[in-house]
Amino acid sequence: MSDFWILLTGVLVAACSGILGTFLVLRKMAMIGDAISHSVMPGIVIAFLLSGSRDSLLMMVAAMACGLFAVFLIQLFQNKGVQADASIGVVFTALFAIGVLLVSLFARQVHLDQDAILYGEIAYVHWNTWIVNGVDLGPKAVWLLGVTLIIIVTVISLFYKQFKLCSFDPALAAACGIPVALFHYLLMGLVSMATVSSFESVGAILVVGMLIIPAATAYLLTDRLSVMILLSVGVGILSVFGGYGAAVMLDASIAGCIVCAAAVLFALAFLFSPSHGIVAKKLRLRKLAA
Amino acid sequence: MNTLWTLLQDPNMQWILISCTLLGLSSGIIGCFSYLRKQSLMGDTLAHAALPGICIAFMLTGTKSIMYFLIGAGLAGVAATFGIGWITRHSRIKHDAAMGIVLSSFFGLGIVLLTLVQHGGYGNQAGLDKFLFGQAASMVGSDVLTLSIVSLILVSVCYLLFKQFKLVSFDPGFAKGIGYPVAFFEQLLMLLMVVAVVVGIQAVGVILVASLIITPAVSARYWTDRLGVMVVVSGIFGALSGATGAIVSSTGDSLPTGPLTVLAATALFGVSLLFGTKRGIIVRRLVQQRMKRTLGFGYEEQAATASVDERINKEAAL
Repeated sequence: MSDFWILLTGVLVAACSGILGTFLVLRKMAMIGDAISHSVMPGIVIAFLLSGSRDSLLMMVAAMACGLFAVFLIQLFQNKGVQADASIGVVFTALFAIGVLLVSLFARQVHLDQDAILYGEIAYVHWNTWIVNGVDLGPKAVWLLGVTLIIIVTVISLFYKQFKLCSFDPALAAACGIPVALFHYLLMGLVSMATVSSFESVGAILVVGMLIIPAATAYLLTDRLSVMILLSVGVGILSVFGGYGAAVMLDASIAGCIVCAAAVLFALAFLFSPSHGIVAKKLRLRKLAA
Repeated sequence: MNTLWTLLQDPNMQWILISCTLLGLSSGIIGCFSYLRKQSLMGDTLAHAALPGICIAFMLTGTKSIMYFLIGAGLAGVAATFGIGWITRHSRIKHDAAMGIVLSSFFGLGIVLLTLVQHGGYGNQAGLDKFLFGQAASMVGSDVLTLSIVSLILVSVCYLLFKQFKLVSFDPGFAKGIGYPVAFFEQLLMLLMVVAVVVGIQAVGVILVASLIITPAVSARYWTDRLGVMVVVSGIFGALSGATGAIVSSTGDSLPTGPLTVLAATALFGVSLLFGTKRGIIVRRLVQQRMKRTLGFGYEEQAATASVDERINKEAAL
């Protein structure tokens, strides 16, 4: 049974981050995803210190606020003339440092250690279950991720056209009267939410891998946005299964193995993708030359 | 204050302080060039990529010698730079996604190796995870010596090749035109960055060491428009942050050096943002007001149209 819950958690993480990662990769904001996943740290720790529990609504809200705050600061510094990637670097390292410092200062009160921040505790998800009136409803992480996934799917499918236009041609979108900034922050809010819900299971840093690698793999396989989203989720799910198998065999970190599996899938797509792979390109060149 | 003084008299502490200061100094200096070449986040990627290098070095040698770690992390960093270059050159994936891919897959591999080391039969592995958040106090005499020498080498290379680096950072096209081996200098700068990051890992940790490369350089930019001054200011900021981190961290036992160093650097950034003499917020306000006074009424109309233009650009940029 524990295998089932771990895999289900992994699949939910893959689905949430696969959908959002697609937009991040298309909008050239992969590193902002990285920044957000680091920046939610202080929010999580502060909410934890205040509420004393790991799965409160407060934690979600605080972490989302931190993620959006980071995005806002990055934008602010950029407008003040700091280069884009430098402003990302300044903001997320500072926020992450605050988070780590809080954890080490209150390490005794906080049942959150540095390892959990880094690798998450996907192996223990099935221990932390949600019990209502004595009925065991399954792990809390699964519920949290499930709700997050539903929200993400709802928002994205409601505003699919707007998100699509904003990712491919923001200038046209602005000219059409779409509030580009609003959708920017909406997307960032969703990314923060996905990061927080995945945080407990895969850790703050490896969630970046799940956001970017499957989406980039899908980007190499197709030219259609809808297909890319589905492929990205699919690649994510495949890496969850492959990674979990490898982790069990090697007795190593599950989250680390999942990201490694995603990297292997990316490498395969990079080499052998029928449309954008290196091998296919070489073959096409040779055919042209002949 | 008194305890601080006794702390500073401890020779061990003095060494740690010196090496942290030197680390900050050298990464601040290197950071200027990477900032100007718009490669700040490369530092982050290189740092994350160093983790598997460190683990492999430990697995192969079985010792926790900084020298081997430097070699392992350096090789991993070079592999990461080549990986990013390869991905961007041979596919339609953009630079930032390529960085994210390389960063997270190397880090994932590093975590896997770290857990393998922890679960496997390697003795003496305790403290390997100190590399994640940095613990300057865990350095021993020989480490301090190695780190200090490497930092000094970094600083002197930058001093000797200052003119070349300057030209390559500002106008690589012109540098190529007058016959400079631009590619060589670019690779050299990248290599120096790898070394700076790897050296900083011990004190600041894998995840936060990028901040030592980025933040001091960004802060220094607020004070000057001249590269020479910027390099010096950034070096000083880095050194101050390193020293502060080392001192504060040694006052309590559960305080990792990394976050403290980063927060010191961020505080300096905040000060620069407000009070910087060239681009600081206050100076800009003053200049704007003076402009308003001298230009009078017409300026405001112009500013109004300019701000509308700016808003359209901003929306488009998003």
